[in-house]
Amino acid sequence: MGKPLPSIQVILKKEISDAKGSKVRKQIKERTGIETGAILSSKLFSINHSLSKKQLSRFAQNCLQDKVTDEVFVNQIHFPKNYKSFIAISKLAGVTDDEGISAQTALADLLNADIDLCVQSIFTQELFFLQEKLNEENLKQIANKVLGNPLINHFQYGTSKNPNDFIPFVPTVKMEVDTSNQFIDLDLADDALIKLSKEKVLALNLAEMKAIQAHYKSEAVVAHRKKLNLPAQASECELEILAQTWSEHCKHKEFNAIIHYENKETGESKTINSLFKTYIKGSTDKVKENLQAKNNDFLVKVFSDNAGVVRVNDQYLYVWKVETHNSPSALDPYGGAITGILGNNRDPLGTGIGGAKLLFNTNVLCFGPPNYDKKLLKGQLHPAQIMEGVRHGIEDGGNKSGIPTVNGSIVFDERYSGKPLVYCGTGALLPHQYLNKNTWGKTIDAGDLILMAGGRVGKDGIHGATFSSIEIDEHSPQSAVQIGSPITQKKLNDFLVKACNLGLIKSSTDNGAGGLSSSIGELATLTNGAVVNLEKVPLKYSGLQPWEIFISESQERMTLVVEAIQLNILELLAKEMEVELSVVGKFTNNGFLRVQYNEQIVADVSMHFLHEGVPQKTMLAEWIKPNISEPNFNVAFDCNEILLKLMGSLNICSRESVIRQYDHEVKGKSIVKPLMGSQGKAPQDAAVMRLDFNSYEGIAISNGILPRYGDIDAYQMSAGAFDEAMRQIISVGGQLPNTKEGDEIFWSVNDNFCVPDSVFHPQDNPDGKIKLAKLVQMCEALYDMATYFDIPMTSGKDSMKNDFKAEGVKISIPPTILYSMTAKMPDIRKSITSDFKMVGDLVYQLGTTYDELGASEFYKLFGHLGANVPLVRKEDAKRLYKKIMEVNELALIESSHDLSDGGLATALVESCFGQNFGLNISLDNFKGLTLQAILFSESHSRFVVSIKAENKASFEAFFQEQATFLGTVTDSGKIEIGMNGYKLVHLPTTQLLEAWNNGLNSHKVKRDNGNS
Amino acid sequence: MEIVKSLIITGFGINCEEEMAAAYRLAGAEATIVHLNEILLKDYSIHDYDVLNFPGGFSFGDDLSSGKVMANKIKFKKLTNGNTLIDELKLFLEVGKYIVGICNGFQMLVKMGLLPNINGQFEQEVSLIQNDSAQYEDRWVHCKVTADNPSPLTKNIQQFAVPVRHGEGKLIVLEPSIKDAILNQKLNCLSYCTADGSITDEYPYNPNGADLNCAGLCDPSGQVFGMMPHPEAYLSLYNHPDWARKKRINPALSEDGEGLQLFKNIVQHIQSQQTTANTQK
Repeated sequence: MGKPLPSIQVILKKEISDAKGSKVRKQIKERTGIETGAILSSKLFSINHSLSKKQLSRFAQNCLQDKVTDEVFVNQIHFPKNYKSFIAISKLAGVTDDEGISAQTALADLLNADIDLCVQSIFTQELFFLQEKLNEENLKQIANKVLGNPLINHFQYGTSKNPNDFIPFVPTVKMEVDTSNQFIDLDLADDALIKLSKEKVLALNLAEMKAIQAHYKSEAVVAHRKKLNLPAQASECELEILAQTWSEHCKHKEFNAIIHYENKETGESKTINSLFKTYIKGSTDKVKENLQAKNNDFLVKVFSDNAGVVRVNDQYLYVWKVETHNSPSALDPYGGAITGILGNNRDPLGTGIGGAKLLFNTNVLCFGPPNYDKKLLKGQLHPAQIMEGVRHGIEDGGNKSGIPTVNGSIVFDERYSGKPLVYCGTGALLPHQYLNKNTWGKTIDAGDLILMAGGRVGKDGIHGATFSSIEIDEHSPQSAVQIGSPITQKKLNDFLVKACNLGLIKSSTDNGAGGLSSSIGELATLTNGAVVNLEKVPLKYSGLQPWEIFISESQERMTLVVEAIQLNILELLAKEMEVELSVVGKFTNNGFLRVQYNEQIVADVSMHFLHEGVPQKTMLAEWIKPNISEPNFNVAFDCNEILLKLMGSLNICSRESVIRQYDHEVKGKSIVKPLMGSQGKAPQDAAVMRLDFNSYEGIAISNGILPRYGDIDAYQMSAGAFDEAMRQIISVGGQLPNTKEGDEIFWSVNDNFCVPDSVFHPQDNPDGKIKLAKLVQMCEALYDMATYFDIPMTSGKDSMKNDFKAEGVKISIPPTILYSMTAKMPDIRKSITSDFKMVGDLVYQLGTTYDELGASEFYKLFGHLGANVPLVRKEDAKRLYKKIMEVNELALIESSHDLSDGGLATALVESCFGQNFGLNISLDNFKGLTLQAILFSESHSRFVVSIKAENKASFEAFFQEQATFLGTVTDSGKIEIGMNGYKLVHLPTTQLLEAWNNGLNSHKVKRDNGNS
Repeated sequence: MEIVKSLIITGFGINCEEEMAAAYRLAGAEATIVHLNEILLKDYSIHDYDVLNFPGGFSFGDDLSSGKVMANKIKFKKLTNGNTLIDELKLFLEVGKYIVGICNGFQMLVKMGLLPNINGQFEQEVSLIQNDSAQYEDRWVHCKVTADNPSPLTKNIQQFAVPVRHGEGKLIVLEPSIKDAILNQKLNCLSYCTADGSITDEYPYNPNGADLNCAGLCDPSGQVFGMMPHPEAYLSLYNHPDWARKKRINPALSEDGEGLQLFKNIVQHIQSQQTTANTQK
């Protein structure tokens, strides 16, 4: 072992209380049950620069120490007295250490010296000192489960007996690799082809492997390779390129498969040639026709770029994309979520020419319950740990990028405890033109340069695209973890916006799944070819094989298309904005994607085969009606008790503790935020943002997701989620599209399907046909709803293998669809918030309640599923929504909250939280329904609204039987609900608020019960 | 009357530059956004402006503590003329101009020694550290203005609502002499308070546990001003979480947000100074 590097330790002065230490102590107690005593936190820097003693101490005192609050120790580790244990956490080799890089920046500025900021030379460690003397097993458990993640962190721990043995850990990447070109013989029997696919994590099936085998045997390919002096076999790099491009993630093979569908319930059978073309693109094509017929064609670009583009007005286009990042979040929740949101940001950023201004983020998360008490399988993280990591990742990803997180949702279901779902959405604005060129077009000519901008390439994220296309098991590759750096991306983002506005960029795209191989491979379809020189790609460290460079998913990178004449000026701008830029190749038109490494050809693939060669899958779907029925429900129940329980239940309770840690105000344009009212407690339906400071035009943002309804009926689940997202926008004062000629009301929707493995296999996946049938029905509902309401899908995503397998157990998610809706708000000042406004206002339900308690939160309290799932009655819904639009012209509605989880009862209670109002409600106007149906049925297309008493007559005359009068807003501070003279609910609003506020907290586990 | 010229610094993770610019424009000034490296590397002069602004954000990701790396750049990085930017800031202040820092910008000003700068040495005297909750929080708070404080930004305002959005906003004043000077000279121009205006250390009214319940500071000259909450995020009535009810209660309510008044104040103050200077010529 060599001499340790110079080190500097920073620790708070004794008189400053260590808030971080206290928080960590609490987290450890909650998650592991271990009592650590007081904890002190400290930071350690190891410096790989030759500095004089004086320089080192100047650096310590000026750059690392806060003179008011910190002490520093140079070249010695200070172990505070009376703290008997310690844990040190550092990054593993090759994992970006942003804080180290920032320290390098500070050192360069202090010395006015040139220091390479692209190569890590200062390494940080977090040190925690624990008061109690803990054994090694406890320290290890704390390190692995609370303070870090063994996939990305290195841990050192011990007791005060041995602090002198502590030597700061400095991660170094040492790899000896053979960068010569490897060729792989594909002349193999079927089972050997499958084995090859599995060993190399190609995620290709036999038919696909055989298509590649046949391609390399074909005469044209043999002759072409001979001409280039390439062996007849496929190179490793070629196989990897094909695997990335043909991955489920990139080519959506199952959504494009031929599906033989049989509905045993109705006797119907049909063959579907591509779910995507038939239902998703099919619905948008139909909607586009309908829109055009009424001179409302706001669709500018759908399904053909990184994000959907619609027209807002003469000034702006709106760009919208929602993606998932499930598999990475299961392994490393923080890293998975942060790269999920940053990666999704790069989609609107790389749409058309590029440089859209990011306006907001949304996120919808599905987790196992935080009080999950089953034994954890090998490689499975506890849902509470996943939730905290994901939340933190979204916090840093959004907050540090200056993008408000304005809308979201969290769904709990035990079936998400293997793989969580992490949906990340980003909306952005593009001007119509940059210097008279349409911004949304992607044009490339042969001869244009290919540039890579942003972060460097390392081993992180290799096989992300293929990995997300297979189930997670205990052998999942470690390099699949991606590391996010919001500051690198922020610099890249600022640079790209400026460069695009200056007309220096011709086109751009994100480097996401499949890395350069996918981004260049896709852009090259526009010219029909490209040449890439991999030795020009800047690396984080040496030792990568050429194919690894090409497919690595290292983050914060974009691929830019630049005309040679613009290169100099672009490079100057990049230097000034401290963004690394490299020319890595150019576009050609010879029909081949060629990849070279130091003059050697490592791949030369036909563009046609690359993009058209993947064989179409054939899949089987069969629907058998599940054997379910309504429970014989004649239990007497106490409405007060049930209501308190519901308010505190996991899927209904307040998300405030999460929401407050997201910045939902940056940019100063947030109008309807997740929580409103004078106390900031009232939950809202859709979010509303204004577009700029000179006009009151805005946009409403909502999401619909109802996975548990799919246990009864997948079609109604999908239709219901569609209605949920749509009615939230109606509730906040939005308008349906295409109701009037030329009304300029745009809607832009992303559909996101997340399903378990739906490929039938008699042993491994015996219910695969039913799962696929559910997917078909979800798509049918999408088509029916979208075309009925003229609401278009503009982009979307599917994630097909959401299963977690270990120790012979499989945890599969329920088939899930998220509709992420956005729509124009012509005047944000007319937005309607959900909270009641004044004492004396009259409260109504709009819409009709049915006996639809199937899969309701109410039934769940009693352990029932039921059978009467809420049905979407789209004709009734449209009639009601159009009336609400009309009445909003007259501004008659003072508050509006859509009814969802928990039904009427919870919506009434939530509407009181703005100001702790009371309510005096009678249910006498409901006829022919049971009490539980009136209060807790989750029938769709309903709202709780309030109006001024003086508008009673006109309001009732307008809505007639669509409105049910319920009662009045009071100042009693009590929620009182009665029927036929009986008092059913009689509770202080504050008591309900408390139950609702503490819901997440009350579902925490005291101890982690898994294997450590 | 000459138009007031406001310069807004951006780059390296600053992210509130656009709403800062909007604030000045709505207040009647001209606003220019410039990347810090244009000043550091390309001789862009701050001296053509009347007021210089460090907006909020996450410069360098809050690494090495919030605002620290930027403050370090400003203190040590040499411009092409051999000066550091802090030398230029001193010259800027000497001629009576103004510097404003919001949130991350406030953290920078504190760490580069511009606030409170009681000793006039441009050395760090107080600090802003991690919130008592040890987490980032976005919530609305009330700020009470210290009467007769030296800053022109808070003139004629008694109290206003505003969002905080930070993880490191707890003001630490350890040195008793500094504390006394802050109080005696009324440099703690903003304090966290309840809706009815009582200054309090109770969470979440005081969202971070700041010493003196202090939300904002100015220097003894009143030329340098910094605050943790974000007035530039409350330019419009419709930013307030309870706007709908406020408007119901008072339909004639102004559509301006309460945060805008701070920017109107500084712009009007500079204008009136210019007018006085012109009449004296």
